[in-house]
Amino acid sequence: MLQAYAFIVRRELRLALRRKGDVLNVLVFFIVVASLFPLGVGPEPGQLRAMAAGVVWIAALLAAVLSLPRLFAADHADGTLEQMLVSPQPLLVIVLSKASAHWLLTGLPLALTAPLIGLQYDLPTDALGVLLASLLIGTPVLSLLGSAGAALTLGVHGGGALLGLLVLPLFVPVLVFGAGAVTSTLIGINPSAHLSLLGAFLAVSSLIGPWAACAALRVALD
Amino acid sequence: MASRLLQFATPQAFFPLAGKLVPWFSVLAGALALAGLYVAFLVAPTDHQQGESYRIIFIHVPAAWMSMFLYVVMAGWAGLGLALNTRLSGMMSSAIAPTGAMFTFVALWSGALWGRPTWGAYWVWDARLTSELVLLFLYLGFIALKSAIPDPVRADRAGAILALVGVVNVPIIYFSVQWWNTLHQGASVSLTRAPSMAAAMLLGMLLMALAAWMYSIATALSRVRSIILERERDAEWVRMQRSAA
Repeated sequence: MLQAYAFIVRRELRLALRRKGDVLNVLVFFIVVASLFPLGVGPEPGQLRAMAAGVVWIAALLAAVLSLPRLFAADHADGTLEQMLVSPQPLLVIVLSKASAHWLLTGLPLALTAPLIGLQYDLPTDALGVLLASLLIGTPVLSLLGSAGAALTLGVHGGGALLGLLVLPLFVPVLVFGAGAVTSTLIGINPSAHLSLLGAFLAVSSLIGPWAACAALRVALD
Repeated sequence: MASRLLQFATPQAFFPLAGKLVPWFSVLAGALALAGLYVAFLVAPTDHQQGESYRIIFIHVPAAWMSMFLYVVMAGWAGLGLALNTRLSGMMSSAIAPTGAMFTFVALWSGALWGRPTWGAYWVWDARLTSELVLLFLYLGFIALKSAIPDPVRADRAGAILALVGVVNVPIIYFSVQWWNTLHQGASVSLTRAPSMAAAMLLGMLLMALAAWMYSIATALSRVRSIILERERDAEWVRMQRSAA
């Protein structure tokens, strides 16, 4: 099972690296969205510092929603997904490995880029570290719950906007605790409570997300 | 007894039963709403802090109750359909969703109208308001997903998975929003600050809540009749109904 997991993760990474554009586009989208906010609200440093965490997190949510439709679409189009469904490996392992690969290709690069955006927003050093930590804990939730949304909208007409409508409300706790951790650091409160709650939500969604994605894939390919 | 009840699990048997029940629940809803409005406007005393504007709670509170309760009922039907593969369950969840979304909207709208004279703002980012807004998004997502999938069986199952994921998340969302709210702003305004309630106010609210229940059952049943007819339009019994009518 572990072998199958590692194999699919490697396969996904190899496929993605052959089309680097797709991965880079999501990252560039994330940076562009985050850079537009100061143009909209003005360059006042105090205000920017206060909204930095929220802006980074919302840009990350949008980037995740943008990248999620591709999670199953290509494998669905060429029939690979059906072969995966009838293979002796548990579907849960396949979904988990695809979600892991999605995180490695989107969540991780976003998290590593975020401190750079934080610098543009004049965040102090300790807040930059908390921002990175909150994204490292929180972005896997986007891949896990998002895999359920991607499976539910698989092959559905106009799936992109629908996917956003389905998963964005479910991402509310990630946004609250993720941005809350950074904001509390700024006003001198220890962010560990927020980060722990974020971790708890990660645990819950690693239980719900893949289960729902498996059920939805079976429905979609019935 | 159980087997006699279960015979109504087929759409064909449930269709005439629902048809018989709809008028009863409609009449009950109307009578209870009239009694509730009578108590609300003519019996219940004026609130000494909020004046007459508090009377909007007679709509607002029942709507808010129903909005949350109907989501759980909808997810329950959806889960039943997913587990037992019964056709009627998915139709029931489709029939309940618009009523639930309507009550969520009414709760938000009436809350805004109450908030303007009382808080001085139509909208504040209070924990309850925000989580009610997210609940509305969840209803809309459920309806949108179901209507985006043309095959009804697939739509029912996909909707059921979404509703179950949503029902697990609703308490987490509520909790997180409450946490967020206390971090960002002090509780300068609170829904719980209202003075202890006079008996007539409580009576009016309960009557209106019961009316909302009856209304929900009546609309869900009449909507499920339409859904049954639409989905079973090629079945023999529907054809016979049509030729008899």
